[in-house]
Amino acid sequence: MIDFLYQWVLAPFVEFAFMRRALVACLALALGSAPVGLFLVMRRMSLVGDAMSHAVLPGAAVGFLIAGLSLPAMSLGGFVAGVLVAGFAGLATRFTEIKEDASFAAFYLLSLAIGVLLVSSSGSNVDLMHLLFGSVLAVDDAALLLVASVASVTLLTLAVIYRPLLLESLDPVFLRAVGGHGSVWHLLFLLLVVLNLVSGFQALGTLMSVGLMMLPAICSRLWAATVGGMLLAAFLIAALAGMGGLLLSYHVELPSGPCIILLAGLFYIVSLFVAPQGGVLPRLLRQRHLES
Amino acid sequence: MIRLENLTVSYRRHPAVHHVSGSFADGQATAIFGPNGAGKSTLLKAIMGALKPDAGRVLMRGVARRDLAYLPQQSEIDRSLPVSVIDLVSSGHWQRSGLFGKVGRNDDDASWNALVTVGLEDFATRPIAALSSGQFQRVLFARILVQDAPLILLDEPFNAVDAATTADLLALVERWKAEGRTVIAVLHDEQQVREHFPQTLLMAREVIAWGDTAEVLTADKLRRASDTAAHWSANAPVCRVDGVTQ
Repeated sequence: MIDFLYQWVLAPFVEFAFMRRALVACLALALGSAPVGLFLVMRRMSLVGDAMSHAVLPGAAVGFLIAGLSLPAMSLGGFVAGVLVAGFAGLATRFTEIKEDASFAAFYLLSLAIGVLLVSSSGSNVDLMHLLFGSVLAVDDAALLLVASVASVTLLTLAVIYRPLLLESLDPVFLRAVGGHGSVWHLLFLLLVVLNLVSGFQALGTLMSVGLMMLPAICSRLWAATVGGMLLAAFLIAALAGMGGLLLSYHVELPSGPCIILLAGLFYIVSLFVAPQGGVLPRLLRQRHLES
Repeated sequence: MIRLENLTVSYRRHPAVHHVSGSFADGQATAIFGPNGAGKSTLLKAIMGALKPDAGRVLMRGVARRDLAYLPQQSEIDRSLPVSVIDLVSSGHWQRSGLFGKVGRNDDDASWNALVTVGLEDFATRPIAALSSGQFQRVLFARILVQDAPLILLDEPFNAVDAATTADLLALVERWKAEGRTVIAVLHDEQQVREHFPQTLLMAREVIAWGDTAEVLTADKLRRASDTAAHWSANAPVCRVDGVTQ
């Protein structure tokens, strides 16, 4: 039994350095992305993460066209494109009557079209696939450093802005009434969203990194009843999906990014049925109600 | 303490509050009364600084932003978030604790006492999603108790609230009056206004009358308010009052 476990769970990491790197990258990504995703869910912006993941594409493509497959260039480009889209969408929401989700949709589509044009005008399809889906098994030192730095910056920033950000999600008018500068926290938070998408980029690609951000966060609501509990649950689910996905991809020789997100998705489906906070089965097996 | 000078606030050029001037009586309870669409909530939001005036201004003397407690309409709060009753009440400490400040044992006591005052101490650890709208209104009043502010703004505080809860919450308003706090409330019930609010601002986008409640809520003034409301036009010409047009 122990032998079996070792063979399937530990051996790949013990024997191969690239697997260890990939694991560290996934754990760091989970640390940063999961709480960001949770705040996106709580602020009813679940689809904004998806929009932003498309929005970073043209920036990454410009980086690629200038410097080839260079992580710093592509990350910087992606970051700039993401910040521009978030900024324009934020301004449009603030100064017109377009709602936030609609203005994000408008600007990310524009951005995505530019990105696809850039990639197809001079790159091959293989490059596009790499941009979209990444390869966690090819994570190098630079990528690892980027992922770890972003996770650190994210956690520190969230620790600082936690109180106003939560209050702004809950009761924005109150925060404004007491002089709490709601939009500052919102913008800082959007910056974190972009940073985490860009950091997940080399490992998972632009499309898959949003999966590690959103799926564990959405799941966490089904497992915990407090914000603290949800933060912990989201991280644990993301970390498990990362590790499990790497092993799955190693053993069955499939691309690692989709494997990780697939596991997170399966965990979500299972959670819908068995999770204690509103899962279907606990509801069916419900205990008798209490006295009034 | 609060004076409005020629205040105009509009949505897409249509004024919701139109050239309103006057002062709120210090340390007294004033009701803002008028038909639907009269700009009552808009005026409250302009006072607390959430809406920018098109013209005119709100002068606040002797009160800072931190001295203001505001009761939002319930629809403006996202009750689906997993936040407990006591945590929501404790957010009333924001003005003193700010971003990082500690919420200490004294503050916790204050939150707890406020919950006891509104009769919800047994609900302290329940999620806010589990409360009825009347119970939730009690929680929001508890937060105002925690804020301990000299100026209290209430936006339709008794909407969707049953008679017993309304009576309990009105008792709190009476207590604030006795403590010399300034209370400004948007209300829809004429009887409540007459019984608990000595001052009334009767408005229909502009001021119809403002002063002692008994003199403001007369039959002809109330009729004037609803007549004015009946004549709001979708194709109004540009307003030319004292050169503030663009």
